[in-house]
Amino acid sequence: MEVQNLNLTLKVWRQKGPKEQGHFETYSLQNISPNSSFLEMMDVLNEQLINEGKEPVAFDHDCREGICGMCSMYINGEAHGPDDHVTTCQLHMRKFKDGDTITVEPWRSAGFPVIKDLIVDRSAFDKIMQAGGFVSVNTGGVPDGNAIPIPKPNADEAMDAASCIGCGACVATCKNGSAMLFVSAKVSQLALLPQGKVEAARRAKAMVAKMDELGFGNCTNTGACEAECPKGVSITNIARLNREFLCAKFVD
Amino acid sequence: MSNPTLLKSSIGKKLLMSITGMFFVLFLLFHAAMNAVHIFSPEAYNEVCEFLGANWYALVGTSVIALGFIIHIAYGTILTIQNRKARGADRYDSEVRPASVEWASKNMFALGVIIFVGLILHLWMFWSKMQFAEIANIPLDAEIGASSYADGSSFIMYWFSKPWVVITYMVWLVAIWFHLTHGFWSMFQTMGLNNKTWMSRLRCLSDIIATIICVAFAAVIIAAFCMSL
Repeated sequence: MEVQNLNLTLKVWRQKGPKEQGHFETYSLQNISPNSSFLEMMDVLNEQLINEGKEPVAFDHDCREGICGMCSMYINGEAHGPDDHVTTCQLHMRKFKDGDTITVEPWRSAGFPVIKDLIVDRSAFDKIMQAGGFVSVNTGGVPDGNAIPIPKPNADEAMDAASCIGCGACVATCKNGSAMLFVSAKVSQLALLPQGKVEAARRAKAMVAKMDELGFGNCTNTGACEAECPKGVSITNIARLNREFLCAKFVD
Repeated sequence: MSNPTLLKSSIGKKLLMSITGMFFVLFLLFHAAMNAVHIFSPEAYNEVCEFLGANWYALVGTSVIALGFIIHIAYGTILTIQNRKARGADRYDSEVRPASVEWASKNMFALGVIIFVGLILHLWMFWSKMQFAEIANIPLDAEIGASSYADGSSFIMYWFSKPWVVITYMVWLVAIWFHLTHGFWSMFQTMGLNNKTWMSRLRCLSDIIATIICVAFAAVIIAAFCMSL
């Protein structure tokens, strides 16, 4: 099949280190296949930079199939670019037109400081998880999977919440730098299931406390996070988190 | 609050915003209903004003409303400052607002500031010359030509015969409308009283409530302006 390759101008954020002043660099790229992914296009750019003896652009990536949550670019004003429900690695160059100028920025949020170029430090999410995003189990024999009956709607909702890959697009998109969508997904996936219910109150309190402590903002229910989430995690999870948290606090 | 740490948490502060917000929606519904009486009968409206004049219960009510406003504004400001800090110093070069994100939801603080300025003007025009003037023994403003402190109808007819007042109030009402369309469903969300089924219902109800309130207020103003012509 005949496809027209793209000639593009890239405006990429370059920053040497966490404390350095960053700036935009403009690069032109020729002959990019519309069937390549955004990250493959970035690979082509880096090859070009290396051949020219310049420093390649640093960016996060790992599985390149939309499940690891590593890739993290803010492309033309949107987290993970102009397609819905995809991560940057799943974004195809056919979403762009020949001659386009594409602006590529790192996640910008006080909770996610830039490490280098397009790489940001998302270890704050790990700290929130360590505060309560788990189920305590005694080691021993493997329990029978069907021993505890779980209603199908609950299982489905828990699964939808569990689809969160922790990429941080919600924080990056939120005008308040709030991590509520992430925290609510992690609280919901466990609070909806009997195994997670036992520690639900402690979990909600601990994870919200850690989120506040790390300086993430306060949710104002704009819903921008939900719109940009590559996994389509719903803000109804935030309502559930509020419910879980407030109930837990009023019980105290 | 029995739990001191609740108000330190982000969700606790937001809960306070939603409780005071809920209270204002009820207050505005009452205020709009009370004003609407003026379209049909200025005498009946004055009787309501008399009932809510310089009486101890009306003064307690006024104090509670004032306290509610102070909490809503103070916490709104604290949350906004925290949010700006959390956003960080670096801004995006390009940003796209997703279609599903309401404009009002991103501008609640700015809308709040407009509403606050309008409120000061409104309090000066009516409250300071009515209930406040009565308890503070300030003589009636002769220019307005009201027969008593509770002659609300004369105040309405005086102010809303002026085009600049009508226009200012319309701008104010538009800001209130936008603030309410996001605020109403948002408070249920913050209280945790929302799910997939109720999300669209509450959003729809937000628009309905905001429209009812603002149309009722606007109708009284336009009616008064037309009568003055």
